[in-house]
Parts: sequence; structure tokens; C-alpha cells
Amino acid sequence: MMAFVAGQELGKANIEVFSETLLSLAGKNENVLVVTSDSRGSGRLMSFAASLPDQIVEVGIAEQNLVGVSAGLASTGKIVYAVSPASFLSARALEQIKNDVCYSNQPVKLIGISAGVSYGALGSTHHATHDLAVLRAVHNISIVVPADNFETAEAINAAAQMATPIYVRFGKRPMYHLHGPGAEFVVGKSLAVREGTDVTFIATGETVYHALMAAVAMEKDGLTCRVISMHTVKPLDAEAVLHAASETRVIVTVEEHSVCGGLGEACAGVLMQAGLSVPFRIVGLPDEYTMTGSQVEIFEHYGISDEGLAQTAKALLNQ
Amino acid sequence: MTDDELRIKSIHYRKRLLKYIKKANAGHTGGSLSCVDILNVLYNRILNVSPGNFGEPYRDRYIQSKGHSVEALYVVLADRGFFAESELETLCRHRSHYVGHPTRKVNGIEQNTGALGHGLAFSVGVALSAKKDGADYKVYTLLGDGELAEGSNWESLLTATHYGLDNLTAIVDRNNLQLTGRTEDMCNLEPLAEKFTAFGWSVRGADGHDVAAMTDELRSVPFDLGKPSMIVAKTIKGKGISFMENDHKWHHGVPDDEQYEQAQQELDALLAEYE
Repeated sequence: MMAFVAGQELGKANIEVFSETLLSLAGKNENVLVVTSDSRGSGRLMSFAASLPDQIVEVGIAEQNLVGVSAGLASTGKIVYAVSPASFLSARALEQIKNDVCYSNQPVKLIGISAGVSYGALGSTHHATHDLAVLRAVHNISIVVPADNFETAEAINAAAQMATPIYVRFGKRPMYHLHGPGAEFVVGKSLAVREGTDVTFIATGETVYHALMAAVAMEKDGLTCRVISMHTVKPLDAEAVLHAASETRVIVTVEEHSVCGGLGEACAGVLMQAGLSVPFRIVGLPDEYTMTGSQVEIFEHYGISDEGLAQTAKALLNQ
Repeated sequence: MTDDELRIKSIHYRKRLLKYIKKANAGHTGGSLSCVDILNVLYNRILNVSPGNFGEPYRDRYIQSKGHSVEALYVVLADRGFFAESELETLCRHRSHYVGHPTRKVNGIEQNTGALGHGLAFSVGVALSAKKDGADYKVYTLLGDGELAEGSNWESLLTATHYGLDNLTAIVDRNNLQLTGRTEDMCNLEPLAEKFTAFGWSVRGADGHDVAAMTDELRSVPFDLGKPSMIVAKTIKGKGISFMENDHKWHHGVPDDEQYEQAQQELDALLAEYE
């Protein structure tokens, strides 16, 4: 058997893994419900609807209602996954998330699908580049952005056990496997994908693979990089951030999100408050309406790519 | 409990909610006076909920969507034994659990409300869960009329009908006033009953201060099998205090010492009629 190498084997889209994991959970427990807002197609929930029709609740295109109804269902002990495109779920229904779910501690599992710029050329109405920022400022919610199929399945399973609210967001493009056998997923605890001493890439979600490929490329230049999958943006694994600052020369954070208020600023806050000064760059989507293109083209345009991240890291090392 | 005993309770509730609003120097006076008779009927005649069964899955649920009228809810819950009335001495004070809107930190409260247009969706979720479980508990929610301008209500009205939630009853505290003035001057709601009917609800009207009439309506839900029930309860904002009635300035007005004394005297005079 070949030894596992991160980033070599292409897996499924995280949305597919979400749907399979949820079907498996729901098949074993009739209290598991999925609530959708005309999102069963994009949520890959057609087979769920066909196999477990009594465990899917449709509310129509009404995200506020989606979250409010989910809170009510959760209050009675149901294990509720509320599924809607991340953009609409986290903006249209923000007050329901804040009050009905988080403030009231109704442990709804909020699933933001087609997250970040997954919708590509459909434009900024459909992009979720604000969700991490707004939800970070809401108390009593965990925010998880899985990078690969393993992290996705683990996050969806972990969510079922949680007594407090959780938001999980991912995209719809196939992802490379990043974790081998023996990896352990814990909400709030980052996972190292690669070790190194020159650079630490602290990345989240679908950008982790690009950070890994940048690290692989930089090794040819004699530079070694640590790559961390910071799958949980809140609560942040501050320890991993502090270790990166003391054990490597520079830190580059990477996220499929606005540079305002996301992972990068969360890490910066940890470092500043610890009194640690380290060359530091936040790579994400700048404060502008996103350039038209596919998700891949948008990533490349803004330097969230193998080459772009390597360039950013090298420039930082040479400062 | 007779109708007269209930009416006497309502007067005492009014006296108490004014007392705690006065003490806190804060509160939603007009709306609490408007809905307190409805809460009286719900908690003393209709709801199968008590300190003993709160938390049990089979209990009836009451969700107060118009969360700002929390002072009425607090005095009724205290009377029903969910907590000692003396706790209300801390209303709105630093570190108190008795916040100016309902929270689950207070025994007897199902859901945190206060931002408007939230209670109905939550209630739909609870009622839908009961249907899925084949449970026979009922769900009641109280909506303000001003809050009906929030579009989220109308999303939830659709969903309640879609799932045929005849275990759900919504009551509108139709006092025709909101913070700034008349509801019809802010956002015209009429014909309100027809709108609910068009959304598939079974709708009845009642005098929201007539405990006998409210009892009759609430005891006859569901009005139609397979449909959610709506009671448009005609009420008077500030009900029971002559100078507060039908004046939107009392939405969150707090009486000064003289006004407070007059209000209590008016309520005492009403009590005397029953003695």
C-alpha cells in the first residue's frame, strides 16, 4: 500500500460528503432533520429526500423562516441541519441566527453551502465573503470551514453531538485529500498538513490545498513551510498561531473570505495581544466587489493560488 | 376559577406590572396593559404548563413574539409559581436575569424574543415537531400588530398553512398603536383578518380584554382541522389606566410619582367593585 501523501489524490466535493454523512446520520436516528429553503438540489439532498421524506422540511425560499423554524424544531430535541447557500443564510437570516439560535442557545447546525466564491461568475449577490466576519462577532457559535472530505465528514458528525450552535461552510468543487489515517478532528483544534520552519501558512477551507502546493513548490528553493488547516475559525486555535510565530519566520494566512474580519484578522489579534511581532500577511479577497470569473479564476486573480501564495511568502521572507 | 376571579387577577396583574415598571424606571407599559388579559386566560385556563412540567416534552408552549411586553409575562409567570415575585424587584437592574425582553434564563420562558418578527417562525418549528412526533401538545404565540410589518411573519404564516399546523394558535394583540403612532399610519394592515384568511389560516376576532370571550375562543382551537388558528384580539393599549389608554406615548412611558398613584387608585377602585 502506498504511503499517504497530502494533496495527491482528488476526492469528492465537500458538499457530496456532507450529503452522504447526513444521510447516514439520519438513517440511524429519526430525530435528525434537514431543513431546506429550495436548496435540496444545490445541497445534494435529492437522495435524502427520496430515502427519508419524513426527515426533510422544506420552507421555500425564505431564509429567515428557515432559521426560525429550525430553532423551534431544535428546541424540542430534534437534531436540525439548516441548509442554505452561505451567502443568504449568513446575511438574510443573520438576526435569526443571532437571536433564535445563538442567544437562545437552540443548537441548530447551520450549513452554508456554495460558500465563499463557489458561485463564481454568478457575482457578488451569491458570494459569501462576509459570513466568517459577521458570525465571529456573534456569541455562542462555532464556525467551521472544512478543507477536505475528511474534515467535512468529521465536522458534520461532530455537529450532531454539539449542544451549542455551529456553522459549517464549504463549496462544491472536488477537493484533494489532505489528511491520512490517524488524523484526529476536534472542533477548535487545527490540523497540521505539513511541517516546516521558514513559513507558516495558516489557511482555512478550500484554500488549504493551495497553501500546501505553494509549500511543495517552495521546497525546491530550499524553503520549508508549515501548513495548518485552521478548519475552526471560532473558537480559534490560538496555541497553533502562537507556535507558528515562535517556530517559523513568517506567517501567511489564507482564506476564501474578505480580508476584513475573517481568519487573518483573528490570527493577527492573537499575535498582537500576545505581544508577538512576526512578518505577517493576510491573503483573501480584498475590500472590493469580486472580479468576475469562476472560483478558480477568482482565486488566481487575488493570489489565492499555488504561485500567488509562494510569491507572497517569499516576498515576506525577503522583507 | 370563575370569570370574576380571573378579572380580579387581571387587575392585580396590572397593579404589579406597573409597580415593577415604576421601580425599574423602565418597561413597555402600554403593550403590557394591552396583552395582560390574554396572558391571564392563557396561563390560568388554557396552557398545560406549570413549574412542575416545564421542561417536559408534552407541555404546551407559549412563545411571546411581542417580547417587549415582558412585564405582563413576568407578573403572570410569578403568579403561576415559576419564580418568586420578589425577583422582579431586580427588573432591568445590573446583573439581573429579568431583562427588558424575555430570555430563557427566566424559568417558564421558552425562547428569547424581543427583535420583532421572530416568534411565529419558532412556533411553527415547535408545532411541526409535535406533528412529526404525533404529540398532542399545543403551541400558542402572541404577536403585536405593529410587528406584522416584519416580512418574516408572512413567511411563517405560509409555512404554518403548508404543513397544516392545526396545533398552532397565534393571537394578535390588535391595539392599533405602535411606538410612533397608529399602526394604520405607519403601515396599513387592514383588512387584517382577510389577509390571514387568504394565507390559509382559520381566523376569528374577539375582545382581548373579555376573559370569557377569549376563553371561549382559545378553548375552541383548532377552529378548523388541518388549519392553524388565528385570533385577532381587539385590545386597548394602556388598558385600565384612564390617561394611558389609546395613547402611543405610553408605549414605553414610565409614570411619574403622581401618575403612578393615580393609576394604582384607579385599579383599586376597579377592585372595590368586586368586593
